[in-house]
Amino acid sequence: MSTTAVSAAAAPAPVTKKAAKPPNPARARLRRRLAQWGFIAPAVIFMALFFGYPLVRNIVMSFQDYSPSTFFTGSSPFNGTDNWSNVFNDELFGKALWHTVLFTVGSLIGQFCIGLGLAVFFSRRFPLNGILRSLILLPWLVPMVVSGVVWRRILDQDTGVLNSFLGMVGLGDTPWLTSPGMALVSVVLVNIWIGIPFNMVILYGGLQEVPKELYEAASLDGASAWRTFRSITLPMLRPVITVVLVLGFMSTVKVLDLILALTDGGPADSTQTLGTLTYQNSFVQLDFGAGAVVGNILILISAVFAVFYLRANRNEGK
Amino acid sequence: MTAPSPDGLRQRRRRHHRRVIVPLTVVSALAGGAVLSGCGQQRDPDVYTVMNSSTDESYHRWDAQTLARCGKQLGVTIEQQSVPAAQVMTKALRMASSKSLPDVLQLDASEMPTFAEAGGLIPLKDLGLTTTDIPRGIVDFGSYEGTYYGAARTVNTLALFYNKDTLDRAGLKVPATWAEMRSTAKKLTTGKRYGLALSAGGAEDGVFQFTPFMWSNGGDETKLDSPQVAGALDYWKSLLKDRSLSKSTVNWTQADVNDQFMAGNAAMMINGPWQVETLNTKKALHWGMARIPVPKAGDDSVGPLGGGILTVPNTGDGAREKMSAKIIGCMSGEQEQITYALNSWMVPANEKAAAVWREKVPELAALSGQVATARSRTAKLGAGWSSVSLALQSAFQSALTGESSEAALKRAQQRATSGN
Repeated sequence: MSTTAVSAAAAPAPVTKKAAKPPNPARARLRRRLAQWGFIAPAVIFMALFFGYPLVRNIVMSFQDYSPSTFFTGSSPFNGTDNWSNVFNDELFGKALWHTVLFTVGSLIGQFCIGLGLAVFFSRRFPLNGILRSLILLPWLVPMVVSGVVWRRILDQDTGVLNSFLGMVGLGDTPWLTSPGMALVSVVLVNIWIGIPFNMVILYGGLQEVPKELYEAASLDGASAWRTFRSITLPMLRPVITVVLVLGFMSTVKVLDLILALTDGGPADSTQTLGTLTYQNSFVQLDFGAGAVVGNILILISAVFAVFYLRANRNEGK
Repeated sequence: MTAPSPDGLRQRRRRHHRRVIVPLTVVSALAGGAVLSGCGQQRDPDVYTVMNSSTDESYHRWDAQTLARCGKQLGVTIEQQSVPAAQVMTKALRMASSKSLPDVLQLDASEMPTFAEAGGLIPLKDLGLTTTDIPRGIVDFGSYEGTYYGAARTVNTLALFYNKDTLDRAGLKVPATWAEMRSTAKKLTTGKRYGLALSAGGAEDGVFQFTPFMWSNGGDETKLDSPQVAGALDYWKSLLKDRSLSKSTVNWTQADVNDQFMAGNAAMMINGPWQVETLNTKKALHWGMARIPVPKAGDDSVGPLGGGILTVPNTGDGAREKMSAKIIGCMSGEQEQITYALNSWMVPANEKAAAVWREKVPELAALSGQVATARSRTAKLGAGWSSVSLALQSAFQSALTGESSEAALKRAQQRATSGN
């Protein structure tokens, strides 16, 4: 777009134009620059205000003693790395980090595998395909908090529907949300349920893009269904899979509302993740500095994966 | 852009450029300006605002009626602003930094010390409110470090609710000691019904419910690893071991406990009077209320004092603050207290009002006795309560799901100490 030597050489037309119109080429260029910035400015201002400012503020806050009195006096003295060392010395942080890893990896694997399975299943033609596919979208439409509250009832050990259902086959006493060993598993299962539609829809879309001829060729070559899936479907889906996994990662790693509604981080902190820890530090203990520290760590983790994603995409493009 | 074009078109395009650039820049500037300046707020001289957590329709309506009466009496308009209870504190802090605090702020008593410590509240006595006729305990309830910041209209605490029919059918008396409650609960546990329901959830609800056991046993929040606190926790564990409590107890809020009791899944429950309105919607349910059982006969049953208090936030406008105090004076006046107490099933804070109220609702007599000995959660720790509360939640949940009470509480005490 810019009038560098390279683009000018590549597209000689404007150069000749400029030569044909001598009155002040510098002004014309300036005006053009201004026009370009005029179009970019709203986006830049928006980003700076709503992304840049909070981000920088959060980083600064993690080095400040930011307490309730700050809201009145406006003073929040810098306290070096006190917040950071407090957070790292809190045994809950280690636990929460570990739970976040388990929660994220477990959810991603579950959502992706089931989502992919369903996408492959629905990419064949059969009666009621469309209706069933839209029914599977339902979990996506339900707000996270509502899912959480409903699932809490379903998973109640004594009065929950799931246990009375399992009771018919003699498995009716599963402590879904009440045992520290089980609660995280249950939370992951609920999150998988929530994430399936997103994975399915995106992967289904990706499958539609795979040329049918490839499958025809494969069947002519006598490839088995598994071989076709491994050698055609998966490689062709690769760009879509990257998108699904990275977006899934970003929304899973910071999850908060679901866990608050299901277990409140309990029992005995067995479902505390970095998300709930940020919330607890900032809005229950009102220790905004510590909350900012955990928040920054979350941002950092997401940023690392965003970089991976961008690199992967750039390689795709080349 | 690269195609050669006749001069006229170029001209038009350039003009077009200008036509686009100018509005774009203006829009960005306006958007930026609106965001940066959007916080300041001008106060209307005759309109006062009261912020509370009365988001339930009924509570909102009762408060609106009170405010209408008080506004008429004082010659001002009072507006009510209700936000969910869990957000009052953070919302108020945000309003403080944007200098748009309400004139009267209703805080949960356990949150007031944090707000007072931050310098956000005006002492009510400086504004001319007195504490005559208010029992010592309730003055302390609204005080932080000896200064009276918050006037309570009504207070609440926990009590033992029981299903009269279930107890009568089993021929059992209402338990008064821990041993009696344990055996009664055990006898009442049959089939899908548990003898007792309480909340041991991982939030303030669970801690609120643990305090009467901890305090009645002589334990204290300043020393979580004492044998008295461990004894209280062991008592909870014994109820769970008897299967008198559901294992889901660790996942229940107080509202869940009430649901279970109403559904007949629990014969007794520990809960507060704010559930009465819901309980009474089920006509077939005959419930009674008693003091929370004590470790040994003759011990004091010490429950937690709960409820909101009315405070005047520091807005820097002395004249408005004086009027705000008058509004609080009216809202917490004797007659308004009785009206509010009768509506909300809580106990009036004022002694004279409480006497009138006791005659009107004799079925809640147990509650007023319990209030008389009840304690404020933050009296000893002030703003340090929240970190102790979090440590305690984690401890009793660990203990109820298998760990020994001593080990769990020892860790909790360490965490509470390092967290301060």
